[in-house]
Formats: sequence, C-alpha cells, structure tokens
Amino acid sequence: MNIFFTVVWRDLRLAMRRKAEVLNSVFFFVVVAALFPLAIGPEPETLRHIGPGVLWVGALLATMLGLSRMFESDLRDGSLEHMLLSPHSLGLMVLGKITAHWLLCGVPLVILAPILGLQFDLSPQALSMLCLSLLLGTPVLSCVGAIGAALTLGVRGGGILISLLVLPLYVPVLVFGAGAVQALESGVGAQAHVSILLAMLLPALFFSPWACSVGLRIALE
Amino acid sequence: MAIRWFYYAAPQNFYALAGRLWPWLAALATALGVAGLWVGFALAPEDAQQGEGYRIIFVHVPVSWMSMVIYLAMAFWSILGLTFNTRLSGMMTRALAPSGAMFTFLSLWTGALWGKPMWGTWWVWDARLTSELILFFLYLGYIALTSAIDDVRRADRAGALIAIVGAINVPIIYFSVKWWNTLHQGASVSLTRSPSMAQLMLWGMLLMALSFWVYTLAIVTYRVRSLILERERHTAWVQALPEVSGAKK
Amino acid sequence: MNTLSLQVLQASVQRAGRQLFAPVSFELQAGQALHLQGENGSGKTSLLRALCGLSPLSQGVVNWCGEPLPEARQAFGKDVFYLGHALGLKDELSALENLQAACAIAAQRLDTDAAVRALQAQGLRKRMHLPLRVLSQGQKRRVALARLQVSAARLWLLDEPWVALDQAAQSALSDMLQTHVVQGGLLLFTSHQAQDLGDAVSVLRLQP
Repeated sequence: MNIFFTVVWRDLRLAMRRKAEVLNSVFFFVVVAALFPLAIGPEPETLRHIGPGVLWVGALLATMLGLSRMFESDLRDGSLEHMLLSPHSLGLMVLGKITAHWLLCGVPLVILAPILGLQFDLSPQALSMLCLSLLLGTPVLSCVGAIGAALTLGVRGGGILISLLVLPLYVPVLVFGAGAVQALESGVGAQAHVSILLAMLLPALFFSPWACSVGLRIALE
Repeated sequence: MAIRWFYYAAPQNFYALAGRLWPWLAALATALGVAGLWVGFALAPEDAQQGEGYRIIFVHVPVSWMSMVIYLAMAFWSILGLTFNTRLSGMMTRALAPSGAMFTFLSLWTGALWGKPMWGTWWVWDARLTSELILFFLYLGYIALTSAIDDVRRADRAGALIAIVGAINVPIIYFSVKWWNTLHQGASVSLTRSPSMAQLMLWGMLLMALSFWVYTLAIVTYRVRSLILERERHTAWVQALPEVSGAKK
Repeated sequence: MNTLSLQVLQASVQRAGRQLFAPVSFELQAGQALHLQGENGSGKTSLLRALCGLSPLSQGVVNWCGEPLPEARQAFGKDVFYLGHALGLKDELSALENLQAACAIAAQRLDTDAAVRALQAQGLRKRMHLPLRVLSQGQKRRVALARLQVSAARLWLLDEPWVALDQAAQSALSDMLQTHVVQGGLLLFTSHQAQDLGDAVSVLRLQP
C-alpha cells in the first residue's frame, strides 16, 4: 500500500516542477467554457440548457489532452522499465499514477466547474449536481484514459490515436454525467444517474490498473 | 478433437485449409445472397405502411447483426490470443476488423437511407443508431492502433487488449445511450419492432444474414492467407510455395 | 535458501520475425561475471532485456535460483538491478531525491547517509540537491552509478555502463564491479571495450 502513496507523491512532485503541463488542461477547460457563450449567444434560457453539456464536454476534452503525457516521460527516461521490474505490484503503481493524474487534472476541473457554470446561469442545485457528477466521472475518465495511454505509448500519432481509442469508452460517462444535471433540472431527479456513475467508477478503479499493467507490458516488450 | 484445433493453430496448416475453404465459402455466400435478394425484392409483398421503401430492411438488419457479431468474434480471438499467445489469433482479429467496420458503415448508411423517407431526416439520435456510430469508432480505433504500431506482435497484442476493453463497453454504451434517448423522448420510431412479420420477409432477412455471415467467413479466410504469407515470408515453407517461388521466376 | 544462480538455456530473441542470434546457454553463479559481446545490432541489449523479463524470449528458458523466471518474478525483482541505456532517473528531481525514489520503487530500504556517501564517492557532493536537468550527461551517469552502489541487488545486469564516463570514473566503476563480484554478487554486462575485472569474468559472444 505504501508504494501507492509513494508513486502518487512522486508524480505530484514531478508535476509541480513542470507546471506548464499541468495548467494545459485547466486552461483548455476555461477557454472552452468561455467561448461557447460567445459563439451561441447570451440568451440565458439557451445557455442554461446547454451549460451542463458544454462543461462536461469541455472537461472530457481537457482530460483527453493530458492523457498522452501520463506515461510518456517515464518511458523516455527509463523509469517505467524500473517500475516493471519492481517487486511491487505494477497495478498498484499504475493506480498511483492514475490517482496523481486525477488530482492534477480532474480535481481542478471539479473546482472550476461551478465558477464557470455561473456563466451559463445555472441554478445552485444544478451547479452542485454538476460538481458531484464531475467528481464521480473524472476519475473514470482518468482510469479509462490511462488504458489508452498505456496502449499507445511511444506510438506516433499518439494524441489523436488515444482520442479515437478512448472516445467510445467515454460516451457512457458523458451521457450519465451531463444527464444527471439535466435530469435534476427537468425535475426527474438524478439519483439513478449518480448511482450509475458510481457503478462505473468502482469497476473502473479495479479493472483499469490491471488492464493498464497488461498494456504497459505489451508496450515495453 | 482438441488436437485438430491445435493443429490448425499453426499458420502453415491453416494456410492450406483456408486455401481449400475460401472458394467454397465465396460461392455459398453468393448463392445465399442471390436467394435472399430475390426473396426480399421480388417475392416479399409490399408493406402496408411503408410501401416499397421498407425493403432496405433486408440489407440493413443483417448488416447490423453482422457488425455486432464480428466485434464479438474479434473479442473472442483477442482473448484467445492474449491467453495462449498464438500468432493466428492476432491475424484473425486483424482480418475481421475491416469487414466489421464495413458492415457498421453500411448499417449506418442504409439506416440513413431508410430514415429519410421514414422520418424525413437523414439522422436521428436513436439509441441503436448512436451506439452503432460508436461501434464504428471502436472498429476505427482498433484499425488505427494496429496500423500505427510497427512491431507486429506488439500491435496484435495491443489491439487485442483494446478489442476486449471495447467489447466490455459495448453493452454499457448501448444501455447508456438507450437511457439517454428515452430520457430525451426523442425519436419515437423504433427500427425493428415488426409485430408480425410476414414469413417471407423473415426468410429474406435470414437468407441475407446467412449470406453476409458466409461472406465474412470467406473474406476473412482469404485475408488471413495474405497475412500469413506476409508475416511468415521468411520461413522455408512459404518460400517453397508455388505461388511464391513461381512469382520469383 | 537456494544458491544464487542465473541459468540460461538455449535462449534467443526475435525482432521483426528474425532471430537475432544463435541460441545461447550459460550459467552464472555467485562471484562470477559474464561479459556479453557482439557487434552492433547483434542483440546484446535485447538479450539483457529478455533476461530481465521485459521482453519475451523467442525460445529457451531462464532460471533464477533454480526456478523458471515467470514464477520467480517476485524474488527476481528484489534481486536484480538493471541499468539500460536510459538511466531511469527523473530530470526534475535532484540526485538525492532520485536515489530515494528509485530505491522506493525497487522495494529497497535506503539509508539517507548511505545515499549521500555514494553520491560523494561519485564526486557529486556539491550537486546533490540540484535537479538532474542541470547536470551533464556524464554527471547523470554518475548518479546512476551511485544508485548502483547503494543497490542491495545481487544480480547486476548492466548495458554499456562505461559509456560517457571520464577516465577516473571508468576505473572507479571497474573497481565497484570487481568488489561486487568478489563479495559474491553476480554480474552480466555488455561493453564494446575490453574490461579488466579480474579472473572471474567469462566472455560470451553473440553470433547470428
């Protein structure tokens, strides 16, 4: 278990010393959220309607942006090989990397979303549901995205390739994440959506590190 | 019986078997196809509501079935390949992918062609259509990944993993899209609810489905032969083949 | 406890469908070293990586302490130190932090004093806390050698360890390797230059 925290802390430390990369995704999210109202027009009714969807898509794309970097630097300087050789469980180490990625990429999105949501004239209930759906959904995005990142390690065309691989797998998260807010707004209630997001999160947390380990071993053969 | 299967797991033996099989499969597929088209377009009666336009169902439904069956087949071969590390599994999966993508595309296309006269629009975010679109992306993703990786063995194994992960996701995708669709009360038209299909219509669809299935078997068999030649080109048995040594002269 | 031994039987590696070298067999026991030789592209690095378990062997078997490698992976991971062309060090971390992180991942307890002493021995005392980014290639290599020095692993697999080192560092490395072997460790290394590590070194040349 210790190795999990070691890897998380290591990755966080590395990211803090390479700040530009971390801010990439966050900046993208802010830009997307800011541009949509400008493009669609300032009508509050329309904005309230599209707001959750736009913010969710923005979060999704922002996460996709940072995926190719997850294992890249470790591959380049050889640390990844040492991880594969380690007697520690590779799955646990990968889970540590995924957690670090989520802390650096997903959590800022969760924090920023309500602020950006104000631009779309969303009600406080909608904003808190947006936060909750992102809180449950972004870890799934990190988990599933890691599988794509592991498989495309060192492959040319990496960024676009990852997006193509990972997009179909992201669709359910998007549907239920954005849908939760819309369900709440339309009065239907979002319990089902939240339960399903949870139901996606738990298997993702268990399955993804294993799939990533397999993918990493394949990539480094 | 088990011994026979493992015998054909070796590319050399499968090559010979495939060579004998594929012409027959192609002929059978053609025959079934002709029969199916005849039943569908000549024999089956006009539909009460949709007139002649409904006949596209004889292509649309079978290709949709095939698009899903092929993906399952790819997942099956992928699991086999990752577990037993056989070379042939990777080749089978790779050979299946283009056909699967083609059927998915045809499904979307014929669906659109049907949709225009039916709903007045080329596209509708129906649960099935949307998940079919995503299935298309899954195929494209597999093909893109295996093409992008130079090392053949790594490409096969990476592709196998993504095929398996995608397969697990297909029911989730379908369920989530269906949920999304019902919540939005969008398209109220369902594509395949046919309360009491005329016997003939059913036969037409079944014949077409069988034809496409046998066609897939034929073309996959043929493709695997090409893949075997390409990958095993350094071995003695390939060099000794008449089609290879003959071409060299 | 099984006696330390690395046994390789009829091993070979494939790349792009071609076998890189004729199958090799050897046994390495405690206190022995093996110098793997071969021309560029003959498969030395590939063989080393296959021995680690990073790549698959196209044929043959590797036994560590009597157990075939896939089963012995855990024990093997504790006992092996692999140094490839890429050093396994992070540019953003300092030399000392790198040693600590690397040992943590290798499941090895590291005494900070021992790490500092190892870095001092490599002449990096003043640069210990600087990020690796600002060090030269040779200095980075020395950090890797410091990592080697504090390693508790008994089997060392080193791919061209003398590269980019100056004369003094090269002889220091040879001394370190000799000490390791004399103290009962196992060593397998590749190098294009002839190395004088004493009598316990045998040579294996990879042939196509």
